[in-house]
Order: sequence, then structure tokens, then C-alpha cells
Amino acid sequence: MNTPIAERPLLGSRKIHAADTTFRISLHVAGALVVVVLLSILAIMFIGGKLAFDTFGLGFIWGTEWNPVTQVYGALPAITGTLVTAVLALCIAWPIGFGIAFFLTEICPEKLRTPLGVAIELLAAVPSIVYGMWGFFVLAPFMSEYVQPWLTNVFIWIPPIGDSFFWFTAPPIGVGMLTAALILAIMILPFIAATTRDVLLSTPQLLKDGAYAMGATRWEALTGVVIPAVRGSLFGAVFLGLGRALGETMAVVFVIGNAIRMPDSVMAPSATIASVVANSFPEAEPGTLDLAVLLGLGFILFVVSFGVLAVARVLLRQERMS
Amino acid sequence: MLMQLARRLISALAATALIAAPAMAQDMTGAGATFPAPIYSSWGEDYAKASGGRLNYQALGSGAGVTQIINRTVDFGASDSPVSPERLEKEQLLQFPAVIGAVVLIVNVPGVDGSKIRLTGEVLGEIYVGRVRLWNDPKITALNPTLKLPQIPISPAYRADSSGTTSVFTKYLSGVSPIFKERTGAGNAVAWRTGLGAPGNAGVAAAVKNIKGGIGYVEFAYAAENGMSALMLANGSGKFVAPSVPGFLEAASQADWANAKNLAAPMLNMPGDNSWPIVTSTYILVPKNPKDPARTQRVLKFFDWSFRNGTPAADRLHYIMLPPEVQDRVRQEWTKLSPGGQPLWPAN
Repeated sequence: MNTPIAERPLLGSRKIHAADTTFRISLHVAGALVVVVLLSILAIMFIGGKLAFDTFGLGFIWGTEWNPVTQVYGALPAITGTLVTAVLALCIAWPIGFGIAFFLTEICPEKLRTPLGVAIELLAAVPSIVYGMWGFFVLAPFMSEYVQPWLTNVFIWIPPIGDSFFWFTAPPIGVGMLTAALILAIMILPFIAATTRDVLLSTPQLLKDGAYAMGATRWEALTGVVIPAVRGSLFGAVFLGLGRALGETMAVVFVIGNAIRMPDSVMAPSATIASVVANSFPEAEPGTLDLAVLLGLGFILFVVSFGVLAVARVLLRQERMS
Repeated sequence: MLMQLARRLISALAATALIAAPAMAQDMTGAGATFPAPIYSSWGEDYAKASGGRLNYQALGSGAGVTQIINRTVDFGASDSPVSPERLEKEQLLQFPAVIGAVVLIVNVPGVDGSKIRLTGEVLGEIYVGRVRLWNDPKITALNPTLKLPQIPISPAYRADSSGTTSVFTKYLSGVSPIFKERTGAGNAVAWRTGLGAPGNAGVAAAVKNIKGGIGYVEFAYAAENGMSALMLANGSGKFVAPSVPGFLEAASQADWANAKNLAAPMLNMPGDNSWPIVTSTYILVPKNPKDPARTQRVLKFFDWSFRNGTPAADRLHYIMLPPEVQDRVRQEWTKLSPGGQPLWPAN
């Protein structure tokens, strides 16, 4: 950080020194600002939501009833919806994103690399409301017409997950957790693909050359050399996508079906923390329990997302150190 | 460079101030319910042409409208559901109805004309708690002996956002269906036991259109604008009626305005030959102790003008004007406004 003292006289003039100091101070301020803003948001959400935590205690997190009429609020349906959609989205997007990344770094002809890379980045630039409307008007009817009846017919024959456990059987209404997960998967795909591509590119070329020189096929090079070399970073890429899926709002509002009750099927309508807040916030009056509950939900989402990102950081760092 | 930017900014600010200044003298601001926003805006435009007074209405939702008028950040607030008498007293607000709206039900039953389907409030309540689950349930076929209703699941759709429309609809269902009252209850947002939520009238309409077996409630104005046919409901006399403007007016004139506190007359499930059962008025709130009485008076003048000249716009946008005798009651209510002993109505 400090300039070696021997070089100082060469740069010398007082003016440069003053600029240096100003620059350093402003960087410190900028850095501190991030922390201050982050902590203030967390604090304000906690203070705002304190009434909810005081009223319901831990029941606020574990309660399954969400009833604005009787003023009983339990966040478990929304937490369940959030986690199920995000994890499902990840299960769909991860293999595809990894495939794209490996294709781009190892197999894709040099000429196609840039256009394909740009196309993936463009996916990330589409506003979420557009995904939501596309999901609602195009994907949801398609799901109810073809995908859901088919899934129901397939899974109804498998006793543990079929009718008795009814996770894949529901009236085909198109919207629900599965549709939301598909939309989320498309939305997080570019993040996963781009991050994974960068991670794969960081694999030392010598290692890969070595593998190929030993006569390894692409598959063997991938599974035997590349993946073990960057394993932690790959998990980091996935967790970044998960963080995004947890907090996505507008697109989810359109396709999840907005039912704040415990879901009985992955195709059933549900709600996520972000969608509940988006739907209820405009009419929540200051000073009421309704508003406190929404801020409390925000606090829970913050903590969950923060945890996920923290895990991602640790995994990425482990990789860099090893 | 910086100086130049600053100079440009200052001149731009000055320019906007100059443009805004003359208009300020006649401006009034309102905020609240989204349901009547189109008609208020339309009246506002016509009124600006006729008298020069300009209305700036922000459709933020009923809850926000009430909050804003309590904080006195606007000249009037607008709310779909009436505010409780205690709260009006405490916050020094005067409430009056401005326009009437109705809630209708749209359906998507393959092979059946939706406008031919008949339901009672009781069966509708059972549908919305998940007790009646199929379109060929005996309770529905008993009401529709001539229709061939298919055996497909009913998918009830509701508003995902907190909404005055939901409030009216759930109040109606709570009144006519004991099981709905017990299991769900009434409010801007409720704990729905079945079905799916979609944002806004447009979302509910699209959900019903997308899903075979769907049923949903939307504002009449929205259904009419989009040419959607609505099913028939039994009214307070047990007659099956299709939604119609004369039916809404009949319900409105049946309401007990004389004994209604703060002009919040309930008009749900009214009797009559044509009365539609889900009719409601939407309300305006003005301060009894305004900081600037002239601004409140401007609001009264605007609504008086709209009551007298607003019918064409209301017809065009499918809203229902208050019956003339109710308009007179509203003007009568305005005479109670006299901050500092200076009556604001009649205005000269």
C-alpha cells in the first residue's frame, strides 16, 4: 500500500502528495460508506420489524398461518416458497450454466466465443418485469397445457412422490413454484455461466495441456483436472446465482401464483418473501403490525441472502488460497 | 466546466419554476384509491378545460390515500373502503362518496358461455374456500340445470396485491356465506384458502383467461372496457341478475343513505328486480381543519362540477354516477365544513 520511501523524492512535489492524501481519504470514505449503508439497512429493517418479532416470537419464522384479517402472521409459507423456488432454479440452471461455460472455454470455435458470450450477457440485461410477463403470458399457459399434465401422469405412478405424497400432482393451472423456478433459472443462468466461465479460464493452461498430453479426452480432462483444480470457485459461482434467485421480485410475482399458504405440491401456487413484500407494501400503513411484519420479512430475507453470499465468499477464497 | 454546469442547472430550475408558478394558483392534489383513478383523471382534464383548476391525482392505493390525508400532504385522500367513524373523528376528516363501482365475476369454462352461468353468493363462498371444487358439482348444476358443465377443477383467482376490490368482494361473501366468513373473512388482503393470486385487475383477468376452469373477480369498469362477459348472481331478493348499469343504480338507490353514518351506506346484496349484489361507492376524505381552506374549497368545487358535468366521462369509462338525491346529501354534508367559522359550502 505504501509507496517505497526510496521512490518518494522522484515523485516529489507537495501538490502530488496532497492529491495522494485526498485520494486515499476519499477511498476510505467510499469503502466505509458501503459498510455503513449495509448496516443501516439491516438495522432499520430489524427495528421496523421488531414489533413482528415481539408479537409472534419465533412463531413469526415457524408459523404457517398468514392471515391479514385476524392479524396472525407466520412467515414459513413465504420462506418455504423462497427456498424451494431458488433451489429448484439452481438445480435447473447449474448444469446448463456449467455446460455453457465449459463449451465456451474448451470446445467452442474461437470465432463464436465472443458472440455467444455477448448473448449470455444480454440475457442478464433483460429487465425482470419482461421475464415476468413472458412467464405469465407464454410459459404459464404452456406449462398448464403440456408440462403439468405430463408430469402428473408420470409421477402419479410412483407411490412415494405420486398421489400419496402429491408433490408432482396438482390441478394444471400453469403458475406455481415450478414455473417460477423455471423463470428464475433463466434469469440466473447468465450469472452462473459467466462466473463459471471465468473460473474455468483461471485453470492454469499448463495443467490442461498436461492432461491432454497424457492422452486424456475432454471429459477426462474436465473431470480429472479442471474441476478438481477449481472446485471451490465453482461452488462460489453457484451461490452467487442462488443469492440472486432468493431476492428476485417482479418476475416471481407474475408466475408464482401468490398464495401465502403451505404448498402441497411443487406445481402449486406459493409465494416468496420478496413477492409478499412487493404485493403488500403499497397498502401497509406506517405504525401498523402489517408494515412491521413486512419489514421483519425483509430482515429474514436479508439474513438468508447474507448467509448464502458469505458461504460463496468463503468457498471462493479457499480456492484462491489453495 | 463546473461553473457552466451550475449555471445551466440554475437556469433550468428557474424555467420550470416560471412554468409551474401560474398553475400553482389553481392546483389541487389528491392521492389514494387506484379503482376510481381513471374517472378522477378524466374529470380533472375536463374540469381544467372548463375552469382552469388543475387536479394532480396520485393513484397510490387506498391505504396510502388515508395516510397522506391524515398527514395533510394532499388536499384530499381517496379510499375504496369507508374509514371508521372513530378514526374520522380523531383525524378531523370529512368523508363523502364520489362515484359508484361494481365488482363482477368472469369465468373460463370450456364449451359454456360464461354469461349464462348462475351462482348464488353461498356457492361462490364455498368455491372460494375450496369446498366446491369441480364445475359439475351438484351445487352448481342444481343452479344451472340447462347447462352442460364439464368435470374440470375450479381455479379461483384473486388479487395478489392489497386492494379495495378484494375488500368489497370479501365483504359481500362474508355477508352471504357463513363458511367464507368463518374461514376467510373480509379485508383488503385476506388469507385465501385455495386458488391463485395475480397482480391487478389485468392479472386476474389474464389468469382466468389462461386457466381452464378459472373464475375471478374484477371491477365492472375493467370487464366492460375489455368486453368480458360476466356470470349471473343471485341478489338480495333471490333473483338471478346479470351485471348492468341500471342494476347498479337500483342497488345504489336502495341503500339506506338517510341513516348512513358519514355517508358510508352499505349497498351489498340489495333486493330488487335488477339490483346487482356487489356494488360499492368509493370515498373522498377532506380535512375539517385545513391549513388552507381555499384549497379544500377548490376540491369541493371540483366534485360539485364533476357531479353536474361528469356523466359523459363516467359513461365512457363505465363508472356509475351517484344518484341525484345522494349528490344532494353529499352537498348537504359539505355544509358541515366551516374551519374558523367560515363555511366552505356553498362556495361562491
